[in-house]
Amino acid sequence: MTTETIQLLTPEGERVERPDYPLGDVDIRGMYRDMVLVRRLDSEAVALQRQGELGLWASLLGQEAAQVGSARALSPRDMAFPSYREHGVAWCRGLPPVRLIEMFRGVNNGTWDPEEHKFHLYTIVIGDQALHATGYAMGIQRDASEDEAVIAYFGDGATSQGDVSEAFGWAAVFHAPVVFFCQNNQFAISAPPERQSRVPIYQRASGFGFPGVRVDGNDVLACYAVTRKALRAARDGEGPTLIEAFTYRMGAHTTTDDPTRYRLASEVEAWRLRDPIERVRAYLARTREADAAFFEQVEAEADELAATLRAACLALPDPPPMSLFDHVYASAGGGSGSAILDAEREQYAAYLGGFAEEGAE
Amino acid sequence: MTRLTLSRALNEGLRRSLENDPKVMIMGEDVGKLGGVFRVTDGLQKDLGEHRVVDTPLAESGIVGTAIGLAMRGYRPVCEIQFDGFVYPATDQIVSQLAKMRYRSKGKVALPVVIRIPFGGGIGAVEHHSESPEVFFAHTAGLRVVACADPADAYAMIQLAIASDDPVIFFEPKRRYWDKAEVDTAAPLSAALPLDQARTVHPGNDVTLLSYGPLVRTCLEAALAADADGRSVEVIDLRSLSPLDMATVSASVARTGRCVIAHEAPVYAGLGAEIAARVTEQCFYSLEAPVLRVGGFAIPYPSARLEEHYLPDLDRILDAVDRTFAY
Repeated sequence: MTTETIQLLTPEGERVERPDYPLGDVDIRGMYRDMVLVRRLDSEAVALQRQGELGLWASLLGQEAAQVGSARALSPRDMAFPSYREHGVAWCRGLPPVRLIEMFRGVNNGTWDPEEHKFHLYTIVIGDQALHATGYAMGIQRDASEDEAVIAYFGDGATSQGDVSEAFGWAAVFHAPVVFFCQNNQFAISAPPERQSRVPIYQRASGFGFPGVRVDGNDVLACYAVTRKALRAARDGEGPTLIEAFTYRMGAHTTTDDPTRYRLASEVEAWRLRDPIERVRAYLARTREADAAFFEQVEAEADELAATLRAACLALPDPPPMSLFDHVYASAGGGSGSAILDAEREQYAAYLGGFAEEGAE
Repeated sequence: MTRLTLSRALNEGLRRSLENDPKVMIMGEDVGKLGGVFRVTDGLQKDLGEHRVVDTPLAESGIVGTAIGLAMRGYRPVCEIQFDGFVYPATDQIVSQLAKMRYRSKGKVALPVVIRIPFGGGIGAVEHHSESPEVFFAHTAGLRVVACADPADAYAMIQLAIASDDPVIFFEPKRRYWDKAEVDTAAPLSAALPLDQARTVHPGNDVTLLSYGPLVRTCLEAALAADADGRSVEVIDLRSLSPLDMATVSASVARTGRCVIAHEAPVYAGLGAEIAARVTEQCFYSLEAPVLRVGGFAIPYPSARLEEHYLPDLDRILDAVDRTFAY
């Protein structure tokens, strides 16, 4: 089996023609803008964490093309199931970035209506969402809906999880309309892909009986075209596809991580030359599809986005203590849905109330 | 009224739910063509189709994980885990995803998934086929955990579980699958006792005997034997293991002054411990004796030729009842 990597835009910004992966009518300027904006919101979030405003942040730095390219291939009705680093996908689905900030600040556990933006909740336990995506796709089959598909995002580490293998098996035998989009960013915290698999990740699909393809994960055009094709196949009843977006995590695993302990600076530098944004900028400038004014405009937008996000973050109130007890069960008639929980809530309210009375004296 | 086995009563309840709500589905290993290893889903795939009753690949995490995805899409999946000892591969999906989704999404994502688990011993099975893992799930906030004990209640409870908007872990007493009783299949579901309430199955005045699942019948037999000795035992079938219906339990113990809890699961850190603590808090001034527990030992489930020594039987339960009168 070959290890061909689909590429439509070289690191130098040269277009590569691939008739088997047509681009169609693609908005490259819009892709550039999205990538710059998500990189900026990501760096602002890292800064907020460093300043103590967020408990944690998982940076997407380096993975902008994989996320923006694949997400832009989704139709409005397609459903995305993210891991916890898909801030670029969230952005493309129209989820307000402050929703992500709320989760990493600890205001809530990542709370939005998945159907509103067709973007499901972040999933922290590695690989769990691959099964949810597959089940959701089985629901699409039962609804006899022909213009919907599902995309499941996960990383190279997740391919070692049983749930991801089970999702592959399930999707294959039921022919479910789901695309598995693996961002191979070369690291499961510190572990390299060689510690997860003896074969390239995309080749694992063949053992389950569906196609796998490796795409240059730093090439937004290739990620877009490959994902678009896979989603179309899924909608057309051709079953699942595994896409391995070969990319590189330029930042730390999360803000708690120290990557200098397990990788060389020279390796990071080598990948910097393959930056996903720079190659699109080079292409747009050379083809004159964008001028200096456009690039300046996008930079200004990015700064504005960061400022807005920072202000929104700092304005987030801590949730009221008694909201602890909400939404554990379906509630009825003002109760929590559990007499046991009702009693705990009542007791804790009385306990807190005691302090209020003391304060009043 | 028709006379049904517990297995058949569950089958009729499932059928009714499938017929009344097109979003209800059944999924699991061997639930379709075979009708389940205990035949609980017998004939359902034939009558409702492979899209509604799904023979899945053999992977418990996959069953629950895809059921979660289907529920996110608006379906109401009923998963069958073939035996108690096989549920553990699905624990991550149950504990980390199914139980927490409503809470973490602040009510935006409901997961009305039912997980049916045949549980308990007494059938002479090989290892991993006789366990009572209910306390793992009762300890997990966000799940409703219930156990049925007889055909009539099983028929109603499975329908109530499917209608619940919360995830329900539904324990079925496998050694009672063949017990027969009258079931009123014409009764409306609205007339059934709610899923989160305990029920007094034998009234008495001297001691409260609490149980659930397979030991409810044993406790009833113990109560009848005690009656003959002039001792009046009130037997309560807890039904809901989480949340517990402490109102029913405490009202009874406040009246009788004595309480014994029987379950097959190990006594150590078992459900009886939680109940004993709560009864002590709520009935302290009514208690004539400490709350006693009778159940499995703190050992892995033994091999079949030893299980009669492990499982609480009528005599061990009566022994515990006798001991509460020694104080």
